[in-house]
Amino acid sequence: MAKLVNPTRMELTRLKKRLKTAARGHKLLKDKRDEMVRRFIEVVKENKKRRAAVEQKLAQAMNRFSVARAEMGNAAVTEALLYPIRTAKVRTDLRNIMSVETPTFRLLDNGGSFELPYGFAFSSSELDGAVLDLAALLPDLIELAETEKTANMLADEIEKTRRRVNALEHVMIPEMEQQIRYITMKLEENERGNQTRLMKVKDMLAAEREEEQPQAPTA
Amino acid sequence: MAEQIKIAVVGDRDSVMLWGALGVQTVFADEPREIERAVHKLAREGAAIIYITEQAMVKIPEAVEKYKTVPFPAIIPIPNAEGSLGLGMKGIRDNIEKAIGADLLFEQEGNS
Repeated sequence: MAKLVNPTRMELTRLKKRLKTAARGHKLLKDKRDEMVRRFIEVVKENKKRRAAVEQKLAQAMNRFSVARAEMGNAAVTEALLYPIRTAKVRTDLRNIMSVETPTFRLLDNGGSFELPYGFAFSSSELDGAVLDLAALLPDLIELAETEKTANMLADEIEKTRRRVNALEHVMIPEMEQQIRYITMKLEENERGNQTRLMKVKDMLAAEREEEQPQAPTA
Repeated sequence: MAEQIKIAVVGDRDSVMLWGALGVQTVFADEPREIERAVHKLAREGAAIIYITEQAMVKIPEAVEKYKTVPFPAIIPIPNAEGSLGLGMKGIRDNIEKAIGADLLFEQEGNS
């Protein structure tokens, strides 16, 4: 049911204005949602492709790593990997997709090819392979992080926008329309009431006048 | 603006050790509390990307949810040494369902 509103002309103007705003907002939000969904589908396709590739390669690297550990023993592997010769850093930035701030990552290339952080003497070639595999995978992993985060945030924003669109479409706009109808009808009713009252008064006045001058019933 | 921020990886020792060689910051954690603390700590320190093994991720759903809607850090599930739980793919599917309301697109592609 519509909430009670004062059936006044001022209220009516106010409501009409609000309805117009709501309708425009609804249209804009709907457009926003559609565009976001389009973008989202692009991103999520990319995301899926990248994740499948990364997971497969990562499993491969992990396999080689387990072989290396079996060959060298746990302690030796730990020792070999203990001291990285560089740190992996990313450059981050924000990108604006339909006013959703999504992050971008770029791996900072600190100079040339990747080098193993240990000597060759005490390590197996499987370990080299595992580390190099993973190193080669790092750019992909970072791209994956970027797309996945973007997809996450877009999905969230789409959900919010959709809620807003639905709330406007199914709750606010119908409610306001009903209130406007209520006010218009009430005002019309008042108008009619007024009209009949005036007619009645006019009749009464006419009757009174007739009573005062009954000697001149010419017409 | 553009800053240099680190990457981190959280998970069980066997899966995470290898990452150390790349200069990624590694945190070994097995217990849910430890994992959660590690994630929060890394987030506070300004890690941009936190890779977390799927096995560790399932233990801390609240923390993951908390960081899901902010740009940083990005928490990305990766399979651990024993293989994938399919959690990463499930995440993508959940996103699609959330955004579009149905999973038509994915299912068709997934089955083919």
